[in-house]
Amino acid sequence: MTLALEVRGISKAFPGVQANDHIDFELEKGEIHALLGENGAGKSTLMNILYGLYHPDEGQILLNGEEVKIRESKDAIRMGIGMVHQHFMLIPVFTVAENIMLGMETTRNGLLDRATASRKIKEFAHQFGMEIDPGALVKDLPVGVQQRVEIVKALYRGADILILDEPTAVLTPQEANELFRVMRALAAQGKSIIFITHKLKEVFAVADRITVLRGGKVAGSTTPDKATEAELASMMVGREVLLTVEKKPPRTGDVVLRVENLQVMDERHFMCVDGLCLEVRAGEILGVAGVQGNGQTELVEAITGLRTATGGKIEILNQDTTRYSPREIIERGVAHVPEDRQKHGLVLSYPLVDNLVLSTYYRKPFCRNAFLLDNKAIDANGRKLVAEYDIRTPSEYTQAGNLSGGNQQKVIVAREFSRQSKLVVAAQPTRGLDVGSTEFIHQRLVQQRDAGAAILLISVELDEILSLADRIAVLYKGQIIDTLPAAEATPERLGLLMAGIKKEAAQ
Amino acid sequence: MTAEAKKEPRAFASWLSSLPEKLIPVLAVVTALAIGAIVIWATKASVVKAYRGLIEGALVGVTNFTETLVIATPYTLAGLAVALASRCGLFNIGAEGQFYMGALFAVYVGFAVKGLPAVVHLPLAVLAGALGGAVWGAIPGILKAKLGAHEVTNAIMLNYIAVKVVDYVVKNPFRDRTSTIPRTPYILPTATLPRLLTDHRVHVGLLIAIAAVFVVYWLLWKTTVGFEIRTVGANPDAAHYAGISVTRNFVLAMVLSGALAGLAGTGEVLGTNRTLPAAFISGYGFDSIAIALIAKNHPLGIFPAAFLWAALRNGAGLMQVRAGISIDLINIVQGLVIIFIAADEIIRGLYRIKRSKDQIRDIVFTRGWGR
Repeated sequence: MTLALEVRGISKAFPGVQANDHIDFELEKGEIHALLGENGAGKSTLMNILYGLYHPDEGQILLNGEEVKIRESKDAIRMGIGMVHQHFMLIPVFTVAENIMLGMETTRNGLLDRATASRKIKEFAHQFGMEIDPGALVKDLPVGVQQRVEIVKALYRGADILILDEPTAVLTPQEANELFRVMRALAAQGKSIIFITHKLKEVFAVADRITVLRGGKVAGSTTPDKATEAELASMMVGREVLLTVEKKPPRTGDVVLRVENLQVMDERHFMCVDGLCLEVRAGEILGVAGVQGNGQTELVEAITGLRTATGGKIEILNQDTTRYSPREIIERGVAHVPEDRQKHGLVLSYPLVDNLVLSTYYRKPFCRNAFLLDNKAIDANGRKLVAEYDIRTPSEYTQAGNLSGGNQQKVIVAREFSRQSKLVVAAQPTRGLDVGSTEFIHQRLVQQRDAGAAILLISVELDEILSLADRIAVLYKGQIIDTLPAAEATPERLGLLMAGIKKEAAQ
Repeated sequence: MTAEAKKEPRAFASWLSSLPEKLIPVLAVVTALAIGAIVIWATKASVVKAYRGLIEGALVGVTNFTETLVIATPYTLAGLAVALASRCGLFNIGAEGQFYMGALFAVYVGFAVKGLPAVVHLPLAVLAGALGGAVWGAIPGILKAKLGAHEVTNAIMLNYIAVKVVDYVVKNPFRDRTSTIPRTPYILPTATLPRLLTDHRVHVGLLIAIAAVFVVYWLLWKTTVGFEIRTVGANPDAAHYAGISVTRNFVLAMVLSGALAGLAGTGEVLGTNRTLPAAFISGYGFDSIAIALIAKNHPLGIFPAAFLWAALRNGAGLMQVRAGISIDLINIVQGLVIIFIAADEIIRGLYRIKRSKDQIRDIVFTRGWGR
């Protein structure tokens, strides 16, 4: 076994935090090494040190047994370290080939030679088991394929060590599986991969070895065959973690949300929701499962008033709300945890106190006489919710954009759940969150259910649906293809339904 | 200090964290003047004479100082107009046209409405000016809200229309036939903004401008209306999600912005000139964009920025006389200030000011096309 990379005693401090504290880490040649840890555990700091973006306070980096100094990312690239960031660094209006050759263009007589470059790139990708169309514009490609372009780009620049920073956060389960296949193919050809994630299942699916970071230190190192999910979870969080949610049987009441024959179009005038019917009762969680892109976003936006339905009817508490504005729907007692927390859920430049009254600022006690804000009441509300929902922040006046994803999501949940709600619409409520935050948000959802709210949970994570929902509806091509009681649902049955196969799933 | 921090935690925290940031405009001005000095020296003129002239012309003596205030008055109001719109994510490049329309409405009520006592006539004329600007601001606001047309394009077009409308009206229906130069009749004494000092042109408009600074600040940060405007400006998607009408606030912000720019024009006709001449050349609306930029769109920064711009403009004349250099040097200095503030990395680099990581930009000067 030869070591491709070795990190010895790396430390890095930022004002107020010891981001990395004497970290030791080894990467063997041809190995997929998962780096597991909660948000803020120091994974990104360590990777940025390897990629030359930060300089360590102490410690050594050894590449193929020799000590190296990585001053900037150019050094890293030259030494064969490639990084695929969570947010892609591609130029959307350029073709795949143009993006890949950017900075090392193939030329003939001083002119770009696109044809040769395209052929070279296609062959190059093929050799690693990846098919790409060099002539396609990046903006037209699905996210999973864009990521493949990023990987090819890194390899094309001569990377032997690939750092993948939370690569699955933006992918559908199918795309993730495809990525894992590519990763294995790369490892088989001698490339070494550092795979950063906080999703336990993925570690078992693809990693050869696992190192867990917690609070800037190595909490442990193991292999998938020696560890269980529960062990890894507690190693990450530092305490026992409930991976399943404990909940009592539901006490259901009247129908709160009724959707009949709903039709909703997306921006491109494609009918994304087409003839959808569902019902949610007080005191139950209806989980909507389905592969991303089957109308989830449009369904949620139509119910919450962000998008106007083309046809059909939405009733909340026996009142037709199909044409209601977002404000009128909020006033009916609807809480909405939006799918995209940074786009819809928060004003990143606002302090937490203001984000926590984003949809209630005009009501008592935050406003006197419908015009004057009562900043004292707004501040007090912020202090109270920060404590109650365990939002980790330097102060309640910190700008929301400075919090980690998990804490941002807690801010939204705190705001939405702190007012009396009859209906909770939660869209992908734990996407991209670490184990601790996920557990917290799941508990709060169940709490809302037990308090008598009707809950519509939309998630592409099958595990989340299976552990929380009382009934499960499967969304396929804009319709509910079937609804099952949670007790009868298995991943296999749901999987068939998600693929649109109803007959076999029924047996 | 700690007692203050306890009492006003919100204000104190944000003040403290942005202290080095606040120095950037000051450093930009100092640096621009330093480069201006090099330019003067290169033309073999005396730097000392030039800058002494500049300072004297702008600040020394009652006449010079109050003339600076006369110029600072419309700058303040128009600067507030641009800043307010920016807080809603809109780039009001139409302040110039709104300024003209405000002047036109105010002057008409000022000379044509007769027989009212001053307590009625003056407020009426001022309100008419604000209304003129508001109407002119509302047009691009409504076009953006209803059709998604970019406010910048429409506001620029409306600038041209406003200038030509004023030109036509002043030369034709509103022309004072007793005068040899084309201008409207003088406004009635009952519609005049009183002067603050006899024999000096500085007028009550200055007090209106300063009051407007605090009103805009109060509106933006202490009221639900301001909360909505700022939320739409900072994140229109989140505003929509929270039940705030994005389109309604686009219109409202443009109306309020237009009204402020209209007030700037009002002060010029009811206070400074007391008539609207056809040769009315303003430029205040365009300069106000620079002023809002220097003030980082913060209402409390607008007056100092407006005063600076007015002082540079007012002092330029004496500088020319004393040092024999062109007035255009001031344009160079002003241009440099704008560059240094728009591209603040230059100043950060020169004075080693680190970009504080936790400051998230809350306003965008203008967004791309469409929404």
